[in-house]
Amino acid sequence: MQANHVDGLYWCKKWLTNTFTQTCAVRPSRHSTSTHSTSATGYNMLTDHEKELIAKIWDKMIPVASDIGAECLLRMMTTFPGTKTYFAHLDIRPRSPHLRSHGKKIVLAIAECSKDISSMMVTLAPLQTLHVYKLRIDPCNFKLLCHCILVTLAAHMGDEFDPVAHAAMDKYLSAFAAVLAEKYR
Amino acid sequence: MVQWTDFERATIQSVFEKMDYDDVGPAALSRCLVVYPWTQRYFGNFGNLYNAAAIQGNPMVAAHGKTVLHGLDRAVKNMDDIKATYAELSVLHSEKLRVDPDNFRLLADCLTIVVAARMGAAFTADVQGAFQKFLAVVVSSLGKQYH
Repeated sequence: MQANHVDGLYWCKKWLTNTFTQTCAVRPSRHSTSTHSTSATGYNMLTDHEKELIAKIWDKMIPVASDIGAECLLRMMTTFPGTKTYFAHLDIRPRSPHLRSHGKKIVLAIAECSKDISSMMVTLAPLQTLHVYKLRIDPCNFKLLCHCILVTLAAHMGDEFDPVAHAAMDKYLSAFAAVLAEKYR
Repeated sequence: MVQWTDFERATIQSVFEKMDYDDVGPAALSRCLVVYPWTQRYFGNFGNLYNAAAIQGNPMVAAHGKTVLHGLDRAVKNMDDIKATYAELSVLHSEKLRVDPDNFRLLADCLTIVVAARMGAAFTADVQGAFQKFLAVVVSSLGKQYH
């Protein structure tokens, strides 16, 4: 099991370095001169323009990380009550300090990673370990939080969160979640 | 049968009352086609879907978006029996249109995000909870007649 994991990581890193200059895409590219780089899974492709867009959006969220983070978590726990089971040890009422501090951690991690998306696997290694060995959150929940992050961004950004920004952000968050779950087994 | 709290009923009625169906419908469908490009497979005869701008400007997409949202209105008016309300539509989507029922969920997610963008802070966590519960029932009903 250990050997497979190490092999998997090696091949993932090899894929990342080798595919930087490739212009192949999972689906036909709609950008004629873009460079594509892969996430750890190799399935999500972000153009340079999309990466800039993502970094810009998260940069604006850093000063309000507690508010945004708390809102994302609250939306998730209200819409998908099963997710509350992971927070039995916290006070998760709206505006609680626990919710704000926990939400802030999540937003800052996502924002930090968005500054250098190509290095995602390295940046997220400590968080991977945390989720595998300590938190052990069922990975199906990651996409529930991702969805609520998108809803929060839409509620705050309005029309600025247009379909192109939405698509880019969805790809980024999916890749982020995939990397977090990567060491699970 | 689905149990709705007073808050949920009131919220659903209120959200849809304030909604401009002819704006939100096209926005939700075009967003779905952009964010989840594989959904374009059902719209081969809609003409130019080559990029986000083309999709958002496509008149057939806009017209269909309006149709979908006006169709949703039937569930809003019949919250206590959404399953029966959509039985025929479910058969249509399964037998004739052959749409993978997971696509209903994708469109529902895009609709949620469009409504969030329109309503801003008024789209609170509780409102979202009620809205998504409603859409989950709709999605489930549309998938019921798939065999």
